[in-house]
Amino acid sequence: MTYEPQADFGTPARPGEATVTLTIDGRRVTVPEGTSVMRAAAQAGGKIPSLCATDSVEAFGSCRMCLVEIEGMRGLPASCTTPVREGLVVSTQTPRLERIRRGVMELYISDHPLDCLTCSANNDCELQDTAAQVGLRDVRYGYVGDNHLALPTDGSNPYFDFDPSKCIVCSRCVRACEEVQGTFALTIEGRGFGSKVSAGQRGDDFLGSECVSCGACVQACPTATLNEKAVKEIGKPERAVVTTCAYCGVGCTFRAEMRGEQLVRMVPWKDGKANRGHSCVKGRFAWGYANHADRVTRPMIRETIGEPWREVGWDEAIAFAAGRLRAIRQRHGARALGGITSSRCTNEEAFLVQKLVRGGFGSNNVDTCARVCHSPTGYGLSKAFGTSAGTQDFDSVEEADVILVIGANPTDGHPVFASRMKKRLRQGARLIVVDPRRTDLVRSPHVAADYHLALQPGTNVAVLTAMAHVIVTEGLADEAFIRERCDGDEYREWVRFVSDPRHSPETLEAVTQVPAADVRAAARLYATGGNGAIYYGLGVTEHAQGSSTVLAIANLAMVTGNIGRRGVGVNPLRGQNNVQGSCDMGSFPHELSGYRHISDATTRALFEAEWGVALDPEPGLRIPNMLDAAVEGSFRAIYIQGEDILQSDPDTRHVSAGLAAMECVIVHDLFLNETANYAHVFLPGSTFLEKTGTFTNAERRIQMVRRVMDPLNGYEDWQVTQLLANAMGLGWDYPDSSAIMDEIARLTPSFAGVSHARLDAEGSLQWPVNDKAPEGSPIMHVDGFVRGKGKFVVTEYIPTDERTGPRFPLLLTTGRILSQYNVGAQTRRTANVVWHDEDVLEIHPSDADNRGVKTGDWVRLASRAGETTLRALVTDRVAPGVVYTTFHHPLTQANVVTTDNSDWATNCPEYKVTAVQVAPSNGPSDWQRDYAAQADRARRIATVPAQ
Amino acid sequence: MNASDKLVRMANQIAVNLAAQGEAEAIAQTAEHIARFWEPRMKAGIFAADQAQLVPIARAAIARLMEEGRAA
Repeated sequence: MTYEPQADFGTPARPGEATVTLTIDGRRVTVPEGTSVMRAAAQAGGKIPSLCATDSVEAFGSCRMCLVEIEGMRGLPASCTTPVREGLVVSTQTPRLERIRRGVMELYISDHPLDCLTCSANNDCELQDTAAQVGLRDVRYGYVGDNHLALPTDGSNPYFDFDPSKCIVCSRCVRACEEVQGTFALTIEGRGFGSKVSAGQRGDDFLGSECVSCGACVQACPTATLNEKAVKEIGKPERAVVTTCAYCGVGCTFRAEMRGEQLVRMVPWKDGKANRGHSCVKGRFAWGYANHADRVTRPMIRETIGEPWREVGWDEAIAFAAGRLRAIRQRHGARALGGITSSRCTNEEAFLVQKLVRGGFGSNNVDTCARVCHSPTGYGLSKAFGTSAGTQDFDSVEEADVILVIGANPTDGHPVFASRMKKRLRQGARLIVVDPRRTDLVRSPHVAADYHLALQPGTNVAVLTAMAHVIVTEGLADEAFIRERCDGDEYREWVRFVSDPRHSPETLEAVTQVPAADVRAAARLYATGGNGAIYYGLGVTEHAQGSSTVLAIANLAMVTGNIGRRGVGVNPLRGQNNVQGSCDMGSFPHELSGYRHISDATTRALFEAEWGVALDPEPGLRIPNMLDAAVEGSFRAIYIQGEDILQSDPDTRHVSAGLAAMECVIVHDLFLNETANYAHVFLPGSTFLEKTGTFTNAERRIQMVRRVMDPLNGYEDWQVTQLLANAMGLGWDYPDSSAIMDEIARLTPSFAGVSHARLDAEGSLQWPVNDKAPEGSPIMHVDGFVRGKGKFVVTEYIPTDERTGPRFPLLLTTGRILSQYNVGAQTRRTANVVWHDEDVLEIHPSDADNRGVKTGDWVRLASRAGETTLRALVTDRVAPGVVYTTFHHPLTQANVVTTDNSDWATNCPEYKVTAVQVAPSNGPSDWQRDYAAQADRARRIATVPAQ
Repeated sequence: MNASDKLVRMANQIAVNLAAQGEAEAIAQTAEHIARFWEPRMKAGIFAADQAQLVPIARAAIARLMEEGRAA
């Protein structure tokens, strides 16, 4: 495929049923009402010259290139700002227009360097194209006099340059930053001839500005003014392949633009239904890890973890791994073996790993990283509604009137969706934020929360029950919805429970630390403000009462009738790219794909017939239970695909003890991660750029991941799993990943209508896709809940066992930052470290003063589980008594401090509440030094030639 | 904390969180939850644990599971 830029219709589409018919250059064109003349012309196959218009932002009308003649209309209106009207007769090409356009173009070019042949945007430049389109042959004004040609380039951003000498001040970048991203970092500085694009204050460079490097400005720029450094270094792309991002659960689709086998840039795909043409710094730019020198591309084995690694060929590594697994099974039984599927790998790969564990190892000891993030979502929403997933598509936010964000920090964790949410907020939607920390969403340019309920960590259930109390006792419940859609007996029981005065905001204020008046006002707003949409994240699930909080959220949505239509719903913001998919694929130890319990004989029989093996009807071990059983001696071997449990899971000492106790740890990953320090077999993995399959995002949208380059290790991950399965005697013969999806579709009712061919044809599908919903299901529970009647569940607030006291007086809560992703294995190996090269501890000024701590000081962070050291950042973003850090860097090891407390229903760890003490420190702890030394020893590779 | 103590803590946590459903329902749901989500050696472990450490709802739920033979 040759390289073609994405189509640009000049101005945004206008949705709507009503249409208008007009005539453009003699052709009749019918378009939706409100469409611009420019877009109508583009949709009819024409192209009106323009420079300041692009369809990602609203029309601006400044460049004067897109003038047209309209019969009966005086003057020459700009086609970008002129809406269509019935019967208009438009001419886009006349001698008069051509003369004017050439004149305007002359002015632009008179202040533009004529270095096209050496310019990085040569043949990919709208200024160049437009000059050709208008037939510019000469610039009468010459190039003497004042100009901007000597302005210096700002190369401070690691991914793109800003060269003001090439800027035509069209403001597309400024408008993209405002309208698409919502950061408002860019502006036009100065006036008239002195007008200049500026990142923030005069003198700020891009790196030092508020810019979040989303790339919207680079994408919008019509010249080489804002251009990727990679394009300058590598050259113009030659082909483009649409694929899906491997970072967060938003699931942005991108065009991977290639030059040969080399990736030049990732450009957000305008037709992507999750991201609608937008991106964040991770997906857009942070793909350098794919070719990082740390990539391990040859398999390695060792007898014991005290030995150095030995590089071997694939046959030897697979035979070694399978031999150990078989021997352990023979000695200790099938239940001594297990595996972990990856939320970063494809659906097909997750499905195969759980199939290998259940059908090959012979146990149900399979789990996935959702255990430590959204397992309470699966439990809670399944119980309340009947489906373990969110209820809406992302587009739904465009119709939300009141947005309730609880325990989520979307501007950092799900930035592309956050931009869409902020756009809706700028349009007037109201906002309630429930979070112990003042996240950016609470107050950012042109967005301010109506209510920020800065609750004490661990009191989500109390706050939500208090909100329910207000709604019920003040008569704000949607009784008609409840009567029709929910179980009446359970509702009445729940009403009795929440109406009790002990659940009033006033009574619970002592627990939650949230002013009762704010809780009342927020509850009233959510119940009466129109379409109410709840978005939540790990600040909900990673608690001892994570599942109860999900149930309480479901209760709130049902009692207000905010389910089953656009603009409302319960929306878990899933953390990793395919965490929804890995759960869908049967990665939990108690259920097969499609969330069907392993004890169900009918379901089991389906799989047994397809796979030709008998399945264990008992649930398997969850990750923390596997580690407990390993320490105890009854769990001996594990196959871990694409997850670093030593860094990501709580209570690091316990995780390392569990791994060290096993006889066979197989790590299948891109890098020698922290878990690999305890591994006996290392199987090199492939990146999302090197494989074909599907990811499922937070809105249940299944999208294709397409191979754009050969795997550095020689195999896609599903092929490696197949090698291992066949060495275990399973005789798999999948020719490609589409055959795996076909098997998934045969065995999983919610995926019955899914195939790679169909995804290629339709772009994406939202499950369930089956006979009842052949086109998929953007909104769930439209005519009724999947489970039948919606279930209200009484959610008693039970304080966590993790309490502050004299030894540990502060509460630690953990989270993420925009530029880094999860354990940082990918983003730490990119230029993103320029924004965040170490984890820091946020501490309130009063707590810092009491301890003599200043920003930048080393501090010791200690809990009952362990201690680590890191640098302090004194900020009132956190409340007094609360401290916060991230877990992106292995040498910080924030999870040395977190405890083994977990959610009552799912064992999801309680990352968000750890009682700690903070004290000044001289630098890294003994434990950190020992850990670094151990990691260095564990990563030694002997120089033995591969077979 | 040893493995048995952890299982006791988990069972008690389930029971306490379900207690608001009323005693009979809480016992039934605690038993069902353990039956559906706990691996056989965990069930065996809680059956063998010191039952006196269990809260009454959890104790009754475990007794029911043992009685029904829903062991590993």
